[in-house]
Amino acid sequence: MKRWLLWVPLGLFAVFFAIVAAGLMRPKDNIVESKMVGKPIPEFTLPAAVEQRPALSNTDLAIGEPQMLNIFASWCVPCIAEAPQLLELEQAGVKINGIASRDTPQDIANFLNRWGNPYTRIGTDVRSIVQLELGSSGVPETFIVDSKGVIVHQHVGDIRKEDVPELLKIWKDAG
Amino acid sequence: MKWLIALLMFLFAAPLIAQGALPASPYADQQLTDPNKEAEARALMDELRCLKCQSQSIADSNAPMAGDMRSQVRERIAAGETPEEVRSWLIERYGDWVSYNPQVNALTWPLWAAPLILLTLAVWLARGRFRRRKDK
Repeated sequence: MKRWLLWVPLGLFAVFFAIVAAGLMRPKDNIVESKMVGKPIPEFTLPAAVEQRPALSNTDLAIGEPQMLNIFASWCVPCIAEAPQLLELEQAGVKINGIASRDTPQDIANFLNRWGNPYTRIGTDVRSIVQLELGSSGVPETFIVDSKGVIVHQHVGDIRKEDVPELLKIWKDAG
Repeated sequence: MKWLIALLMFLFAAPLIAQGALPASPYADQQLTDPNKEAEARALMDELRCLKCQSQSIADSNAPMAGDMRSQVRERIAAGETPEEVRSWLIERYGDWVSYNPQVNALTWPLWAAPLILLTLAVWLARGRFRRRKDK
């Protein structure tokens, strides 16, 4: 047997060790990316969440101009944190559609009164059905849909101040 | 007294109550009447990952969203879909990650092939050793 062959098991162990060590040192990543990015928005119809805004269906998201779709809830603290950024996006001319996740009309109305209402339409998804259709795993999440209704981007978690320019750029490019 | 107040505060923590303010989906915790379909749905639930608490299956998890997923699984199976169709529906949306039972594809085939390759290698190595001993 050739001498160098003796070192093969040690070499394999070193590779194994390196992979495990690298995996342990990398920070934990809990973000679940939707596989629906790049695909047309799935078919859905949601009833209106509050009286002041109309209901939402997939056809409202393919109207010849790019839009945003924001999934939020009154019980979600990061949704409060991103509220100013949503208002800023709305000011910049972005049409934002809302999906209220597992929420009651009263709580949604209170939430909008308190933190602002950037939404054109708001559908209420009491059983997470549309959320599952979209491949979304929590709140808040924001999708950007192009003029033909194809999902071009997903933002997981609250929109921070520093995320706004990039989102605006993606929205403009989707036109 | 202090700990009692603290305990009460936890009890009335608003976010927890708000998220659970709505009734669970109809089939989140209710079995299907057809025992065969219930068994199929149940087996699939054990193999689907909860999106909120990522190390639990949806059968194990108390998260409201896991309940919604259980209900979807039961309703789809009751409507005549096969468990594999329901699984593919979720994989299409969340990726292979959502299923604890990996599908064989270009990326995952080593999971099945590696043990066979290692076993063949081991038998081949062992054969070499045994033969040498006999020669002596």
